[in-house]
Amino acid sequence: MRATGHGRRKARALPRAGFALLVAAILVSSLLPFLWILRTSLMSSREFSGGVAGLLPADLTFSSYAENFADETFLRSLGNSILICLASTVLSVLLATLAGYALARLRIRGAGIILGFVLLAGFFPVLAMVGPLFLVYRELGLLDSPAGLVIAYMVYTLPLATWLLKNFFDQIPGSLEEAAMVDGATRLQVLWRVVVPVALPAVFTAAILSFILAWNDFAFAVSFLQTPSEFTAPQAIVNFGQSQFQIFYNRIDAAVVVITLPVVLLVLFAQRRIVSGLTAGAVK
Amino acid sequence: MARPSSDRLGYLLVAPTVLILLSITAFPLAYNLWNSLRHVVLTDPSSAGFAGLENYRALLGDPQFAQVLARTSLFTVVSVSVQMAVGLMVALVLHRRFRGRGLVRAAVLIPWAVPTVVAAISWKTMLDPQSGVLSFLFGVDTAWLAGEWTAWIAIAVADGWKTVPFVAIILLAGLQVIPGDIYEAARVDGSGAWHAFWKLTLPLLKPALMVALIFRTLSALLIFDVIFILTGGGPGDTTETLSYVTWREFLVESDFGGGGAVSVLMLVLSLVIAGAYTRLFRLDRREG
Repeated sequence: MRATGHGRRKARALPRAGFALLVAAILVSSLLPFLWILRTSLMSSREFSGGVAGLLPADLTFSSYAENFADETFLRSLGNSILICLASTVLSVLLATLAGYALARLRIRGAGIILGFVLLAGFFPVLAMVGPLFLVYRELGLLDSPAGLVIAYMVYTLPLATWLLKNFFDQIPGSLEEAAMVDGATRLQVLWRVVVPVALPAVFTAAILSFILAWNDFAFAVSFLQTPSEFTAPQAIVNFGQSQFQIFYNRIDAAVVVITLPVVLLVLFAQRRIVSGLTAGAVK
Repeated sequence: MARPSSDRLGYLLVAPTVLILLSITAFPLAYNLWNSLRHVVLTDPSSAGFAGLENYRALLGDPQFAQVLARTSLFTVVSVSVQMAVGLMVALVLHRRFRGRGLVRAAVLIPWAVPTVVAAISWKTMLDPQSGVLSFLFGVDTAWLAGEWTAWIAIAVADGWKTVPFVAIILLAGLQVIPGDIYEAARVDGSGAWHAFWKLTLPLLKPALMVALIFRTLSALLIFDVIFILTGGGPGDTTETLSYVTWREFLVESDFGGGGAVSVLMLVLSLVIAGAYTRLFRLDRREG
């Protein structure tokens, strides 16, 4: 199924140098912003205000990082983000496993409509939900609370996770489950002991994508959280390092590097899974 | 193999997912519809009451809102077109075999994975007139975010940087399922690479192109984070988009009736676009 013939033939048509230039352009435009914020983050506040002349800061220092980590609001916001995103990831994957299995294997009237709705929910305009949810959260005391965000983040994570897992369960042969059920296991036992172990790769993929999507949120956080100690990290860094006279990009960028690190690591270690999860069902 | 008890279990298993999604999507939609027909201004509780279509009339009669619609649409059309073209080019490059391809693919994936906040702040740093990369390399000290058109360019660049990788990944997956022997056959026919691209690659890539197009159009139409961080809707209100106006109505003006009306319009617009695309796609498949 590989389309290598096509690739090789075009290789001759396109001059090698031009191709190398394209690859270089893609690399540079993908990575330049990172290198630039990395550079800025390694300056001291004093050097940053003075205006930097060289490509590298004159005295490379981690002082911006140290200042950030000495800042309790920033530390708290990191903790909040990790807690909220992990909670919504675990919860979504758990619920999506149950729903995906039922949609793939059990007889449910209107299964097609249910699946269609779950997918459509992922396209719902987030900002349209912010107002009504704000009113409800205000009544329920969920404003300024991690729980409110965990629930709201499901709109990012549940549709994708359910779709991924349902697709995966569809591909597992039913014979394993039948054998276990002949031995007297119940459906739930079969799901937990037979199906989930086989589906672990898909479960991990769903978890990684869910975490990345939850980590990406800004709109819900900036609408529901009002007390700085409750802020998520992406929300906290927006107003970071601003004094009356100057924006200290060195501190902002050090914070940016810190909150970028988890997803960069995920990408480096789980590139294949992420790509396969993102494209599942997209190209049939 | 389904036992009688399986049916009830099935509903039980999908219930939590469906209930949560209903309560955070369908319910807010209904609540918005209801609010959009009433006066609901939190800072002015005495005005509360039924308003009929007043919120919609105010919105549709407001020339500023017409501008918001126009600039959001213009941004969507222009930025999505460019993103699709660039994404296709990146996908074609990544489809070729070359040394270090795995590394380049990972590098391309990173902008997609970083939070939008990070993308926006990175570009804000890059474009800063004093400490930015353009001022460093070329001595350009344009205050990008201070002018209307330059601010839009900055927004499009920051948004495109994060979203082109998504287009590229989807299209690359589409390229990978095109069987290579089709091209062999075309080569026997003696048609050139350019011809093969237009006559074979593009038509066969259509499903992937449609998926990328739907996702990108809807999220460009609803752009919020990048605007909030880069410009806050400014200078003046020249970069306010649909989502931004919705947010301002809800959380700055505390007007949940007016915000509800914008939300309803925004949802209708998204559904119409999603519906139109899928219809087009289906018609197309039937003919093909």
